[in-house]
Amino acid sequence: MSKTSVNTNESFFKKMIHSQIFIPIAALLLLTLFNLIWDPSFFKINIGPDASGNQVLSGYIITILDNASELVILAIGMTLVTAASGGQDISVGAAIAIAGSVILRVLCGSDSRSTELQAPIIVAFIIACVVAMLFGAFNGVLVAYFKIQPMVATLILFTAGRSIAAWINNNELPIVTDVSLSYYGNFIPGIPIPTPVFIAIICVIIIMLVLKFTTLGLYTQSVGINEKSSRLNGLNPELIKLLTFVILGLCVAVAGLIKVGRFSTINYSVIAKDIEMDAILAVALGGNALGGGKFNMMASVLGAYVIQYLTTTLYKLKVSSDALSAYKAIVVILLVVLSAPIVREKLAKLGKKLKKKEA
Amino acid sequence: MRNKILLEMKNIYKTFGTVKALQDVQFKLAEGEVHALMGENGAGKSTLIKVLTGVYSKDEGEVILDGKAVAIHSPQDAQKVGISTVYQEITLCPNLSVAENMYIGRGSGVGQNWKKMNSDAKKILESLDIPAKPSQQLGSCSIAVQQMVAIARAVDMDCKVLILDEPTSSLDEQEVEKLFKLMRDLKSRGVGIIFVTHFLEQVYEVCDMITVLRDGKFVGEYEIADLPRIKLVSTMLGKDLDDLSDIKVDSATYDGNDKDDKRIEAFSLVSDAGIQPFDFYIKKGEVNGFTGLLGSGRSECVRAIYGADRVLGGNVKVNGQDAKISKPINAMKKGIAYLPEDRKIDGIVGDLSVRDNIVLALQVLKGFFKPISKAEAYKFADEYIKLLEIKTASADTPIKSLSGGNQQKCILARWLLTNPEYLILDEPTRGIDVGTKVEIQKLVLKLAGEGMSITFISSETDEMLRTCSRLIVMRDRKVVGELSGDDLTQGKIMETIAGGEGKDE
Amino acid sequence: MEKKIGTKKSFLNIKDMTDTNLLLSITIIVFFLMYIGAMIFLGEGFLKSQTFFNILNDQSALIIVSCGMSLVMITGGIDISVGGMAALISMSCAVLLDMKGGSLVGSMGLAILIGLAFGLVQGYLVAFLDIQPFIVSLAGMFFARGMTTIVNTAPFNVANESFVALKNTRLNIPGVGSVNKNGDFVNAYVEIGVIVALLVVIVMFVVLRWTKLGRNFYAVGGNKQSALMLGINVKLTKFLSHMICSFLAGIAGYVYFMHVGSGSASHASGAEMNAIASSIIGGTMLTGGVGNIIGTMFGTLSLATIQNIVTSAGLDEAWWTGITNAAMLCLFLVIQSVIMAQRKKAQVG
Repeated sequence: MSKTSVNTNESFFKKMIHSQIFIPIAALLLLTLFNLIWDPSFFKINIGPDASGNQVLSGYIITILDNASELVILAIGMTLVTAASGGQDISVGAAIAIAGSVILRVLCGSDSRSTELQAPIIVAFIIACVVAMLFGAFNGVLVAYFKIQPMVATLILFTAGRSIAAWINNNELPIVTDVSLSYYGNFIPGIPIPTPVFIAIICVIIIMLVLKFTTLGLYTQSVGINEKSSRLNGLNPELIKLLTFVILGLCVAVAGLIKVGRFSTINYSVIAKDIEMDAILAVALGGNALGGGKFNMMASVLGAYVIQYLTTTLYKLKVSSDALSAYKAIVVILLVVLSAPIVREKLAKLGKKLKKKEA
Repeated sequence: MRNKILLEMKNIYKTFGTVKALQDVQFKLAEGEVHALMGENGAGKSTLIKVLTGVYSKDEGEVILDGKAVAIHSPQDAQKVGISTVYQEITLCPNLSVAENMYIGRGSGVGQNWKKMNSDAKKILESLDIPAKPSQQLGSCSIAVQQMVAIARAVDMDCKVLILDEPTSSLDEQEVEKLFKLMRDLKSRGVGIIFVTHFLEQVYEVCDMITVLRDGKFVGEYEIADLPRIKLVSTMLGKDLDDLSDIKVDSATYDGNDKDDKRIEAFSLVSDAGIQPFDFYIKKGEVNGFTGLLGSGRSECVRAIYGADRVLGGNVKVNGQDAKISKPINAMKKGIAYLPEDRKIDGIVGDLSVRDNIVLALQVLKGFFKPISKAEAYKFADEYIKLLEIKTASADTPIKSLSGGNQQKCILARWLLTNPEYLILDEPTRGIDVGTKVEIQKLVLKLAGEGMSITFISSETDEMLRTCSRLIVMRDRKVVGELSGDDLTQGKIMETIAGGEGKDE
Repeated sequence: MEKKIGTKKSFLNIKDMTDTNLLLSITIIVFFLMYIGAMIFLGEGFLKSQTFFNILNDQSALIIVSCGMSLVMITGGIDISVGGMAALISMSCAVLLDMKGGSLVGSMGLAILIGLAFGLVQGYLVAFLDIQPFIVSLAGMFFARGMTTIVNTAPFNVANESFVALKNTRLNIPGVGSVNKNGDFVNAYVEIGVIVALLVVIVMFVVLRWTKLGRNFYAVGGNKQSALMLGINVKLTKFLSHMICSFLAGIAGYVYFMHVGSGSASHASGAEMNAIASSIIGGTMLTGGVGNIIGTMFGTLSLATIQNIVTSAGLDEAWWTGITNAAMLCLFLVIQSVIMAQRKKAQVG
């Protein structure tokens, strides 16, 4: 999967095919091609006033970029967790519910229908970050120090998370009437592009800078591949695993802010439902081994956009939201099968045979 | 006079990607013959064996067993036609019982008769003198016992051909003796045995024939009498070897003003790995070593100094100053480097490139916020690839695709790059071909000559004698003696290990 | 049966026990302690035998699913499509029974068929194309849930007479029961699903313990590479594990359907996670190679008992179930992790 071919004789195209990022790019191209043939109006972008009178961009492409934001942010953290611990965090959806609940609780205070913000949004966000990172640390401690497999360890928070979220607000559904919260989930007046798009891009830039200017990448991969050896080389594998879970916690808080920003309220059992599955899929579609080790961050990010692209395309085809998952599953399986090393090898052999016949 | 030919491999070819692992290789095995398969690391021995046992599929060539061409596509097929194998790495399931490991994947029928299986296993374990209970979980046995269980399984399988791929690297002398006796028994029953090992003495002790491979090609097949040791080595290397003898004489010893200063001192150090408290020191530019039987606590001692195991008591001084070493990073910061015994588990980071593996330790020393740039990393990697003659397609190749010896060189490069003051080498030459062995020994002496202190651990006493100027002898997880100067002889070491005179100088 | 393989010997010689047996003993002990504790402190309901049998009635489908899940986990894989399959099966069977000419046998056949179809595809992808089981079964789950709404969007009850008769069949347990307010003796009963579940548990236990195939599952889960070298057909073994798991999910889907008597897209939601949790509490390790079917059954019962305890203790607000389940899981995981770590230490020293 992580075969970086070094043979200089190989053409650029061949290198492309072998590189990891090929899978999500190919998927993007395929989806684009499909939409071009089916209905080119898919790519039309309009500008017009929204409900509150701002001039904003609209169109399927904008929808994709907008709705993929939370997924992209989660994919960043999930990639690191996967790399270092060789497992996935399935509690991110529940943790988003907690983070969102915390934000609303801080903003509304004790009165769930208060008309004024009880605290600045930034304070609420910071508190949510701390809480989400603490829950991340809880997962991290179970995984790193108690050596519990990540999927199982996070199953705990997965089971309890939405209940905890409900408990934070006494099972009430607070509604924020102040418009400034909605800036984070929708549009800032005067800017025609949805805010979540910017937040996602900022997150991607930050993680890229972190990967460039720290050794996070090398450390997580090293720990994910061989923990014992990493320890003998002076690394602290437990701490690094814990760190990745805390980083994911931070990602969860940001995603939580966007989520509550979109609706200015929360529904504990529905908010960010099944997003953990999409986030894991994003990592897998990026060609990263779910067993840990080497990773490619850009591929994961692209993977997240691919998934949203697919979702939006299916919506456009008038697939009902309940049935959506069936079609998504088929596409996902096709993509995964095509990117499986065994299948690729067989296809390559087949290609060679065909060439031989021609010659 | 050779017996009837039992197994013949003709014109075997195998490539991995662009690497030609086997080219036109021949191999013949007669009934009742012990046949050594020799070659340097990466010569293709393991690949040939894996082709024979169906782990890899060959690109071209045929395998003829008992005069008939056979197609072997999986280890299952190999078992069916009567080829059983003991691999270098233990290939048993740690979660199953000893008896299960001996019988799983064999025989017909659906049911599992535990009683019969356990009693059968008990008989075999007893006959081979293996200290394990049939119902015991395999994972709770020592590595040596696990290896013996693997051998017991292979032997019990009523095979025509038995393949032993470096089975002795984790066995002590007694166990090796047991294995040899077993091999002779099987031989007299007409079983053909293919024996792969790096221990030359063992080849001359039990083998009848030798086939040598080099760079994936067939070099020749020889009767044991026609190929004396020195000739064998030069055939394997493809060049004459003059420096196997005494390399210590040629190399300069360290002669700085501070040559009597103690680099490292340890006082009643003890770790949770079950060793008795021990004292230790090493001077600047000195090469010393821990010797003793396998499991006597050699590795555990150096691991305690390096902080690899949890230190329970005692203190350590580095360059005369107290140092607190509780984890590897503390030791690394004090200029200590440790090349671990088991390179696959403790050494390499398999999926990472050779480059990343080489810079890893230096990077950790530099810290989280100071990444080594790609250009710099390439520079370091290329430098050491050249210096240590590491055979790799490029610095970007994943280290796991290199041969064992070359992986070891990468790990060595990793530590040399950190420019340590004290280097611990725990079995650096295990499973490595003779040529590389001598290179590493020479390097050790050269580094010591430049003032580095080195502790060298090896199962091969002659290797230790060639490099070390002082030996610490261990028995039953306790330091029982120290030898230097004229006492450094095979006999004296054996005596001390066995517990005769010469205790505690 | 459980006594013979674990508890009795265990106290004498914990060190020599295999990991599987040790974890099994813990589960059984904890279950009994919990249940006896509930009887002493909460009394009432827990003293009635029917309470216990109601737990069995409610959990029979989950027990069957968990057996399959344990098998896959022992082999080193995972299957999170089982809950979705149960929903798809109950919906499909409901629709079939609602049609003219829909027969009981036909619906059973359909359930098995759906199970086998899932097993075939998922097993092939995992075993022969070497795709991660998590991803494959994730897609399987999405597919099953989506298909359920495609088959029929709205939930509905089945009115088919023979089915209703089957659903309402109660098997009285002779001699066991309690005396009600009027002083009459009320016999305790179980539903048919419980019998099916017990049969599955026994068959699976026998297969895993006393057949060569069963031991192969453990070998593959313990170390894939070694298993291959030991002459086991690893791919086939993996394939079979998924096949059996899906087949059992098919049966479980029908048992679930018999219990609820309706089809709905939201049926059995989260069943996969409950099954995983049951397996883990029962001593199966997700890393593979360790686990026991009897333990799995007790794991399922433990989870259900905890929920009953929470409800009878008067904590019936919705979030308590989630939190107690999680706490239970957390407790077991930590216990297991600590014990395994201690064992490893003991082996080294």
